[in-house]
Amino acid sequence: MKIDLNYICLVLGMGFVTYLSRMLPATLLSKQEIPKVFVKFLNFVPAAVLSALLFPGVLMTENKLNIGFSNPLLIAAVLTFPLAYKTKNMFATVLLGMGIVILYNYFI
Amino acid sequence: MHKKEEFLFAIKRVFPIVMGYLPVGFALGVMAADAGLSPIQMGLMSLFVYAGSAQFIAVDMLGSGISAIPIIITTFLVNLRHFLFSASLAPYFREIKQSLIPLISFFITDETFAVSITDAEQRPLSHIYYFSLYITAYSCWVLSTIIGTTLGNLIPDTKALGFDFALPGMFLALLCMQFKNARFILIALISGLLSIFFIHIIPGNWNVILATVIAAAIGVLIDEN
Repeated sequence: MKIDLNYICLVLGMGFVTYLSRMLPATLLSKQEIPKVFVKFLNFVPAAVLSALLFPGVLMTENKLNIGFSNPLLIAAVLTFPLAYKTKNMFATVLLGMGIVILYNYFI
Repeated sequence: MHKKEEFLFAIKRVFPIVMGYLPVGFALGVMAADAGLSPIQMGLMSLFVYAGSAQFIAVDMLGSGISAIPIIITTFLVNLRHFLFSASLAPYFREIKQSLIPLISFFITDETFAVSITDAEQRPLSHIYYFSLYITAYSCWVLSTIIGTTLGNLIPDTKALGFDFALPGMFLALLCMQFKNARFILIALISGLLSIFFIHIIPGNWNVILATVIAAAIGVLIDEN
């Protein structure tokens, strides 16, 4: 596959449609008052998004539910949760969790 | 904060994103090489699109010989969730120069959104923070996909090194920062379970957007005042 015009058009098209949903709300909403109920809604968005990304990430392996000791990511998440909850420290949480996964893969 | 302080703060905060992007970008590059893409082609896609899951799907579709229009439509649908991220950041973007918003918002991803919304809730941030965090993450993504495509199957076993946990670990810590009261914990729980549920019934990344919208709407309904 060489770089032809078709490919350039494809990635430009993909980039354009992605950019629209990234740019439009931020640009339009930062200029005007946002309705109160929508602000309330947006307040809950970060917690909801993070959880919607986290749950499949640690509870599923290759698109299948995997709840148990055969899932190192779940074990790491459960063990690092107290640290994350208490310290809110992203760096420490990630490093401890990666350490747990390394140990798991080494011993099990 | 001074400019330099803000820059250093952003670099500190971007670290887990980098840890997560490197192996994932690498893996995408390897898959792209398998699908017949050159490193330059992969690099161009990462430069213009900069969206992990959409790029995985696009590479897969390219490998199966699917034409441009369906790939672009799929990309649009998969990336619609950025709409929510962008809207959530809008109130905080009031503090930065308005003409920079169209540029800065290009770099909004799941991960950069999660980190920057958390930081923006804590303190006022200028464009220095956003550019430092966003461009560092962006460069890592673009480079790792190019390197992955170039090296093909020579990749080391990133699984054994625990890189798999970088992004989930980051999401976990950021989620804990969102637990301002019991209501937020409940909404997070609902959203997480809905996300798993939707993965099983609807293909194509709809789980995040559907779970988020429903859970946040429930949050509005149970909010007292």
